[in-house]
Amino acid sequence: MEFSGLISYLVFFLSMAGIYGILALGLNMQWGYTGQINIGVAAFFAVGAYTAAIVTTSPSPDYLGGFGLPFVVGLVLAMLVAGVLALFVGLVTLKLRSDYLAIATIGIAEIVRLFLKNEDWLTNGVRGIPAIPRPFGNLGGVDDSVAFLLIVLLMVAGVYWTMQRMFRSPWARVLRAIRADEDAVMASGKNVLRFRTEAFVIGSMFMGLGGALYAHFTGFISPEAFDPMFGTFVVWVMLIAGGSGNNRGALLGAVVIWAVWTMTESLTSMLPGDLVTQASALRVFLIGLLLEIILLTRPQGMLRERPPRPIDDGAGERQAR
Amino acid sequence: MVHFVQILLYGIVLGSVIALGAIGVSLIFGILRFAHFAHGDLMTLGAYLALAGVSGLSLPMFFAFLIGIAGTAAISVGIDRVLYRQLRRVSPIILLISSLGVALMVRSSIQMIWGPDNKIYSGGVTMPWVVEGIRIKPEWIYIVGGAVVLMVLLHLFLQRTRLGKAMRAMSDNADLARVSGIDTEKVIIWTWIIAGVLAAAAGIFLGLDTRLHPIMGWKLLLPVFAAAIFGGIGKPYGAIAGALVIGIAQEFSTLFISPAYKPAVAFGLMVAILVWRPTGLFSGKVL
Amino acid sequence: MTLLLAESIYGGYGGTDILHGVSMAMDPGEMVVIVGPNGAGKSTAMKAVFGLVNVREGRVRFQDEDITNLAPDRIVGRGMCYVPQEANVFPSLTVHENLEMGAFIRRDDYSDQLDRVYELFPPLKEKRRQAAGTLSGGQRQMVAIGRALMLDPRLLLLDEPTAGLSPRFIDLIFERVREINDQGVGILMVEQNAKQALAMADRGYILVLGRNRHEDTGPNLLNDPEVAEMFLGG
Repeated sequence: MEFSGLISYLVFFLSMAGIYGILALGLNMQWGYTGQINIGVAAFFAVGAYTAAIVTTSPSPDYLGGFGLPFVVGLVLAMLVAGVLALFVGLVTLKLRSDYLAIATIGIAEIVRLFLKNEDWLTNGVRGIPAIPRPFGNLGGVDDSVAFLLIVLLMVAGVYWTMQRMFRSPWARVLRAIRADEDAVMASGKNVLRFRTEAFVIGSMFMGLGGALYAHFTGFISPEAFDPMFGTFVVWVMLIAGGSGNNRGALLGAVVIWAVWTMTESLTSMLPGDLVTQASALRVFLIGLLLEIILLTRPQGMLRERPPRPIDDGAGERQAR
Repeated sequence: MVHFVQILLYGIVLGSVIALGAIGVSLIFGILRFAHFAHGDLMTLGAYLALAGVSGLSLPMFFAFLIGIAGTAAISVGIDRVLYRQLRRVSPIILLISSLGVALMVRSSIQMIWGPDNKIYSGGVTMPWVVEGIRIKPEWIYIVGGAVVLMVLLHLFLQRTRLGKAMRAMSDNADLARVSGIDTEKVIIWTWIIAGVLAAAAGIFLGLDTRLHPIMGWKLLLPVFAAAIFGGIGKPYGAIAGALVIGIAQEFSTLFISPAYKPAVAFGLMVAILVWRPTGLFSGKVL
Repeated sequence: MTLLLAESIYGGYGGTDILHGVSMAMDPGEMVVIVGPNGAGKSTAMKAVFGLVNVREGRVRFQDEDITNLAPDRIVGRGMCYVPQEANVFPSLTVHENLEMGAFIRRDDYSDQLDRVYELFPPLKEKRRQAAGTLSGGQRQMVAIGRALMLDPRLLLLDEPTAGLSPRFIDLIFERVREINDQGVGILMVEQNAKQALAMADRGYILVLGRNRHEDTGPNLLNDPEVAEMFLGG
């Protein structure tokens, strides 16, 4: 492969890995920090992407959007809308325990998906939203993608730094205490629900940010892009593979699993045409299998978190000795 | 009036299918203490195994049905032995995540083997009967009738047999069951057999009513869980009531909102009961 | 043959020891009571015998066979049954079904044993089709003990059988426990109502902070003023 081809492949790879890294960090805020199972990551991812798209594209007769606002405004609004959606979900379900939240988030993701497909007046339905602009206009060629990659990496660094700061803060100490013994924290008068909601909302806002970046990166979005496999499940595998509760683990998992995913894609794209859909099913199967193998053999992931966490109960501690 | 009865019939048929799935989810939750998110795909599995009987082995539907339920039961037990059993000690959350992985593996395997297109059990369209202006598909007799038969058999099993009572006991209090000498692993295996049979039946009935495609079960996962929660999770009888409510409500909702949003109705009902009465209609366990 | 022998048991939940070298012995048909202040490890000692708590060091022998750390469902088949203090019935099952579950591992006809349990606890016979969760505390306790008797055990372990019961039921339960013992079933009982329990017992063990403190016949323990003052309370 010639050098510039290799560079552009690498830039593409790292951009997507970075976007998924942000999603994984957001999920880490929810699952790793507070043990909340969000199986509707795709919903917040999609909402962020669509908000950014609607806000930054040029006006169109087909749908409501097209305000032509700047890139940064799109990012901020994407995070806000995702956060509001998360708040709504949280108000209803965060009082209840994780299994209920899990089902509720599946429901939310489904409703968001239906909404995006059916409410053409806002989202252009299944036709999707095209021509989402890059922040520096179209410089064309490699420079443009490198510039965008730098923006993505900047965002990744920002989210990571924010989360590390929060991780060390007194706020996070309360979160860890909640995870260890919720009743004790409640008895000491702290509002457990508020902390959990905050973590959930912040995590969702990061997912919205990832969505916005994704929209600008691909230039075209439609409801299909946010199906449960790409939008939710793959993020979970990334977090578990990398090491839940652990920010570096989240990023490492994103890179590794994305590498596995794209490698399997290039392998299967070499197959004859009529086998292509079977091939994509095979890739899904392998990712699922990978998850099970990780859960059975090394549930704490590649990078262990140092403070103890729910996923480490029993299995992780046994392996620590 | 005719319109009302027609929609009610749709609701009862859908409710019967959801009920068979919801009973299994409730049983698994009561005895194994986790939310089994691969349940929808077990339904799909049953439907496709029966398809293999019909199109591959040219069997009559009845025998294909038996193959579907037996195969799904066996595979369900197998998945437990190989995977879930090793993770039981860790946490119910890990089991939930693991079941998501199983769901994907089952679904993608089905797609690899049978392809992504819609399939049907038999070519040729059966003409619906028309009674007083109400259209009734002959398949519905099998679906609702079959569901009733299965539920009655389950009832007799739970109430009259030693193993069925042990299942109810273990659902009540697993520790006490162990202390009494009940063979808990045996109960667990039978739980998977029953859940597998019922899920497969649901999938086959769904396929009979509409058509088969690889995500047919996954699309029903939300209504199935909503029904189980609505009726009180851990209470199989409540799941039946919950399923009928959800099925009928989903169909009636088409009078007011776009049919595309039917799953949202199930979700809305589930949220309503979680907010108003989290233990469900019949006071099951709280998750 | 010694019915039960626990030798220098060290153990507890997870990694920490609650028991520090507890020893007990019982002959067939004896009624032995374990008393002591809160946190003494009385229930833990009983659970260690039955395999519900990890025995890190020491041995448990039942009818001259080593059962140390054997799982409860293996012990039950050898003739030792256990009644927990709480959550000791299956609430959604009927009284009759609860008893049936007690006899789960029996493959023979156990109607004789059923009759005997109903004779021992007549109110249960009356309410046998009622869900156990709907019964009063005292009646539930009868179901709990009845369930454990269905296997016709040689040794019955009772963890605070009168906890939370009204005085009328306390007397009733103690009376029935004595009757069961009269029929030849060994009883090992943890009790907070120490005085009443020791009055019936052949022997008693006093545990404090996970250790043996005192051991003697029931009447002797009752009449010892030092013991009475320190451990028997009101």
